[in-house]
This record gives sequence, structure tokens and C-alpha cells, in this order.
Amino acid sequence: MKNYDTLLKDLTPKKFTKFGVIWTSFLLVIIIIGIIAYIDQIIKGQVVTNMRDYALWGIYISNFVFFVATSFVGSIIVAVLRLTKNEWRTPLVRIAEIITLASIVMAGITIMIDMARPDRLLNLFIHARIQSPITWDVIIIPTTIVISFLLLYFPLLPDFAILKDFFKKKKPKLSKLYGKLSLNWKGTKKQKAIQTKSIRIIALMIIPIGLMLQTIDAWLFSTTYRIGWDSTNMGAYFISGAFVAGVAALIVVVYVVRRTNKLEKYITNFQFDKLGKLLALACLVYLYFNMNEYLIPAYTPSIGEEIHLNTLFVGSYSYLFWMVTIGGLILPILFLLFKKGRKPLPMFVIGLVVVIGSWWKRYIIITPTLLHPFLPIQGVPESWHHYFPSLHEWLITIATLAMALLIITLLVRYLPVIPIQRTAEENDLLETNIKH
Amino acid sequence: MKEQDNNSRRNFLKKGGLALGALSATAIALASFQKEAVEETGEKVKLLSPEGDIVEIDKAYVKSAHDLNLPLDSKKIREGIPNRKFVMVIDLARCKNALKCVSACNKNHYIAGKNAWLKVYKMQESKDTAPYWMPSACQHCDQPACVTVCPVDATFKRRDGIVLIDNERCIGCRFCMAACPYSARVFNWEEPDQGEIMMNIDMNHVVPSPEHAGLPSVKGTVDKCDFCPHQIDKGELPHCVSACPNGVFYFGDKYEDTVTNGDETVRLSKILEDKAGYRLMEGLNTQPSVYYLPPKNRSDDFKDGLDKYNEFQSVEKPT
Ligand code: SF4
Ligand code: SF4
Repeated sequence: MKNYDTLLKDLTPKKFTKFGVIWTSFLLVIIIIGIIAYIDQIIKGQVVTNMRDYALWGIYISNFVFFVATSFVGSIIVAVLRLTKNEWRTPLVRIAEIITLASIVMAGITIMIDMARPDRLLNLFIHARIQSPITWDVIIIPTTIVISFLLLYFPLLPDFAILKDFFKKKKPKLSKLYGKLSLNWKGTKKQKAIQTKSIRIIALMIIPIGLMLQTIDAWLFSTTYRIGWDSTNMGAYFISGAFVAGVAALIVVVYVVRRTNKLEKYITNFQFDKLGKLLALACLVYLYFNMNEYLIPAYTPSIGEEIHLNTLFVGSYSYLFWMVTIGGLILPILFLLFKKGRKPLPMFVIGLVVVIGSWWKRYIIITPTLLHPFLPIQGVPESWHHYFPSLHEWLITIATLAMALLIITLLVRYLPVIPIQRTAEENDLLETNIKH
Repeated sequence: MKEQDNNSRRNFLKKGGLALGALSATAIALASFQKEAVEETGEKVKLLSPEGDIVEIDKAYVKSAHDLNLPLDSKKIREGIPNRKFVMVIDLARCKNALKCVSACNKNHYIAGKNAWLKVYKMQESKDTAPYWMPSACQHCDQPACVTVCPVDATFKRRDGIVLIDNERCIGCRFCMAACPYSARVFNWEEPDQGEIMMNIDMNHVVPSPEHAGLPSVKGTVDKCDFCPHQIDKGELPHCVSACPNGVFYFGDKYEDTVTNGDETVRLSKILEDKAGYRLMEGLNTQPSVYYLPPKNRSDDFKDGLDKYNEFQSVEKPT
């Protein structure tokens, strides 16, 4: 049916379309604006944000948590589905790997944006104290970056070799680059054995590392006394939340890439159906932990908890809270239960809503808690009693999101988003099966 | 003139002694006795013994508090003064929200931001319970949440009980602020406007040290109440203690079981027992070094303090 040439033609990276060029320049403009805002923040200090002594963390931190969460998709798709030998994952794996790498790199950058003294970054190593959850982050984030890079890179080796040949005449320079990246891949038995083994080890590693990353992220909050954070539920709550955010992000990116790269033949309704079920499962698990986090404390609330829950249920954060809970969690579950809801376009919409919901979800995990300290807020300007991000914070945060999208866009542009070699092998297998 | 004054006060002190009574005319000081043989001078000085009696001992046994002026090497600053455990007692029954403590603290620590380190809270636990005024700053916890979470050891706990911040090391992550249940920490969101102070630093050759927090404050780092080690060094009481016209604050040493508010010197254990002292949020197990005496038998009406109460301001700004 598909011979090798059409496969190559379909799956090799393609030049940007006009839309691609516009999109990339758009992202670049946003990023540049964000960088200017950040430089201004460095010069003037974080006074340009709307964070103050009570709302001492804001969207930089919730955005960081969001990036950490979406990076979890690598652990789920790549590792879990690989270990359970789910074949439908093949065309999705690389996109998941790309999202993971982009997210975790951006998580690292975002947390530095929140540091008021980035010039003292090295202190984190020179004076590192192992008891601080931030030090755990300093260890786990770079580790995750390396592992997710390798997880993207190793399976790419045979594809790089293919691309080297493919572009030999058309684009000698690009071909050379792919050749270098392929690390002299010849597909010999020995090379294959090493590659398979390495991939298996890394795939095994990304599971505990992903779980640790999410948990450490949760512990940043639960190691404090703060109401709404000081919860033993936090680790599992964050892991399940990351499951939701990660799968939703994957669905959105897969849909877009499928359209722009015309991959309808390879990523079919079947994959979307499976992804839909996976997202529904993720949302259900997350719903369970949400109940643990919000509903159960409402039965025996301390005064502090009561104030906290009231702000979420009926108070100043109730709009956001219910939008995120109903729109970002309950409705998606309902839609995804129907087969029609798991078709590509509805899935794209649902995925997008869930991703946006996941972003705001982190916002309401961070902010309301900080505005309800144990001692009353007194002796500070009225504006310090509330928090809503300033223009600088928005510009910088949107720029980080744009950067993540730019990384994804560029990787999609220059890498085969669907593993060429593996797809070829799987199809060959199919053909030989038919012959028998 | 002022220097001289300080010196003569210091002479009353023995090594390890803190001139709690230095403010009073008789210059009562705390002291413990030295064992090794020293040649006596015949000159006697009055001191307050650990048992609380005033005793006369030969001057030769008394070492100048100059010895207390630890060299500004960061290790010593992190160690603290040996064999001391500083504590504070705040008598809520006497607090009328006079706010003299707050202005003295603000002035002497050159507070440049909008959130004072020491604030007098208007408290009322529930609708039917009595309102009262509650001064509160860093509690110098013995199990400080802020220290536990700091990734770079910028905020540290000393053996003498004081929790300080190294503003030259702090990376501005604000994790300590999130961890502190007493909202004791403030952040320098912008370049602190301490213009005159910097001049003062230059002129008096003051070397910036965590022992005098706020001198200077550093942009992008945390500040908080430092328990005034710079005052302790001089043998004087923290600014809030000496500024309070109502004797609300007592400061002293737990090991010596003595605290003073400048006018009267009392046994820590006794005052806590007599007046049912307690600590804030004991249930959190932070083990504060600050004790409170409940606001009972108040001489003044709570309402009298309302005139000065400003919900939205704790640092007076020149207009
Ligand atoms: S009151 Fe807060 S800042 Fe002070 S020692 Fe305790 S936890 Fe740290
Ligand atoms: S803000 Fe400074 S003192 Fe506080 S935890 Fe971070 S590095 Fe430590």
C-alpha cells in the first residue's frame, strides 16, 4: 500500500508553509517583547510585578508548575505505553517527547524568572542545602532535561541517517548536519543492540524521574504550614494533575501537527479515540484527588480551611474555581465518554480547554492560599491584600509559553515527527504477515 | 561623648554578660563568676547574679563587653554568642498600640519598604471575645520553617537562638516567606531607598552584617526582625524594648532565666508562670523564642489604641 518512497515523502521534515512562517515570526515577536519586559524587571526589581509580601508568589510559579505538569506527558506516553507495548502510540511518541523536552526546559527557565537575584544562581550549587525542596528541584530538573533529551535523541538516530541520504542532493548542508547528528548510524546489528538497550534504560528511568519531578513540585508547597498546601494529598494530586495536563497538551499538539504536516494517514481517528480514553481516565483520577483536596476538608474545616474553601467555592476565586473544575475537568469527562467526543476536532477543542483549565488550575492552587496567612494582613497598602498579575508578569509569562511553542515548532520543523524507520519496520512486518 | 558612655557601661560586663540593666542608672548587669585566679584590684562593681541578687565583686573578675564584639567573620556571625539563648516576652495587658516600638524599629533598621518588620496587630479571635493589641515580629523559632526551606543557607539559626539572613547570599526565591507561619518576613521588591543610611555607613565605617539587618537592605532579598544583635553587642536592649513607654517588651536570656524591659528585671520562668505566658501557634511546633502574656487586667481601654491604628500602613513615609 504505502511504499517506502511515499513514506519518506510524507514523513520527512517539510519547509514552513506561509502559515508556518507567520506563526514562527508571531512567536518571535512575543518572545522579544517578553525578554524586554524581563530585562526591565531585572533593572527595576520585582516591584514591576504585582507580587508583594503576602502574595509572594504569583504566575511565575504557577506557570512553572504548569510546565512541569505538561512535561509529564513524556513519562506517560513514551514509557508507560512502551512498557505495555501499546502499538497505537508509535506515531505519537515523538511528539510527546518533543513536548516533554520543551516543557521541562521552559520550567527551568521560568523558575529562574521568579528568582529575584538570578545573578546569584550559582549559590544554589555553591551553598546547596539538601534539606530544601528547592535543592531537590535543582537536582531533578536538569536530570529530567538530560533524560528527556536522550529519550528524544536516541530513537532519532536511524531517522537522522535516513534524512542524511534523503537530503543529500537537495540540501547538502542540511544533509551534513543530519549526518553528524546520526552519529554515524549504519544500522548494524551491534549499533541496533546498543540503541535498543539504551532506549529501554532511559524509558525505564523516565518513569520514576517523572514521578519524582511532579512530587517534588508538590512538596514545594506541602512542606509549608500554609492552609491549602499543607496536605499529604499533594504529591498524588500533582501527579494526577500532570497526567491530565500532559495528555491534553499532547492532543492539542498532535492535532495541529497532523493538519499542518498532512499526517492524516498516519495519525488516524483510532489514535484520537485512544487518546480520548486516556484523557478521560486521567480526568477521572484527577477528579478523585480533587475531591480529596477540596470536598473532604469541607466536612471538618478549621477556621483557616473554612475561609480558604469559602473563597474558592463562593468567594472571590469561585468563578475561576468552578470554571476550572467544571469546564476543565467534569465537562471533558462527559464529552469524552461518547465516541463522537473522541473524534479529532472535538478532541482538539476539549484538549485546548483542558490545557487552559490546567494553567488556571495552578493559579488557584498558588494564589488564594497566600492571601490567607495565619496572622491577619495588616499594616500594608490595600493593594497588597489582592493579587492579579501585572503587565510585566503577563508579557513575560506569555513569552515563556511562546518559547515553549517555538521549541516545539522548530523541532517539528526539523525532525521527523513520526519515526520513519519504526513506521517502515512496522509496515514491513504487516506486509510479511499478509504474505504468510 | 556617646562612645565614652558606652565604654563605661561595657566595663560592668563580664564575658558573656549582657547589660540588660545597662539603661538604668545603677547599671545592673548580668554576670556569671569566673573560676580561674585573677589578681584583685580592690575596686568593686555591682552586678546581678544569675540568682537575681545584686552582688559586689572585684573589678578584676569582670571582663569588658568588648570581648563580645566578635570579629565580623561570617562564621562567628553564624555561630552567635556562646552560651546564650535570647528570648522576648510581650505583655499584651500593657499594650495600648502606642506604636513607639514600630517607629523605633523602623528608624533604627532604616526600613525602606511599606511593610514593617514589627507590627502591632489588631486582634480579635472571634466575635464574642475581647479585642486586643498584639505586637508581633519574627518569633526566632527554635524550629524555624524559614531556615528549613532555604536552599542556600542564607537564612540561618544561631546557637544563641537568633535567626538571621545573609543578604549577600539570598537568591530571592521567597520560599522562606511562604514557609513562615507568622508572616514575619518582608521582601525588598525594589532598590531600597536608604540614601542617607549609606552615607552613615560610610562615615561610621559600619561593615554591613546580618547582625544589623537593614544596614543596608539589599534589593531582591528578604529582611525581617533581627532581634538586634548590634544592640546586644553594645550591651543595650533591642530598639522596640527600650522605645516602649508602657514596658510591654521584655528581653533577656533564657539560660539565665532573666528578662528585663529596662525598668524591671524579672525571672522568665516566674513571669510566665504568674501570668500564664504562651507562645503563638504553639500547635505548629515552631518553638518560638517570643512569649506572650495574655491581655488580662488591662489598665486601658482597647479603644484608646484605635486612634493610632492604620490598617494600611506600618511604615510612616515622609510626605
Ligand atoms: S517567625 Fe518566621 S521568620 Fe521568624 S524564625 Fe519563625 S519561621 Fe522564621
Ligand atoms: S528568599 Fe533568600 S533567605 Fe528566603 S529561602 Fe530564598 S534564599 Fe533563603
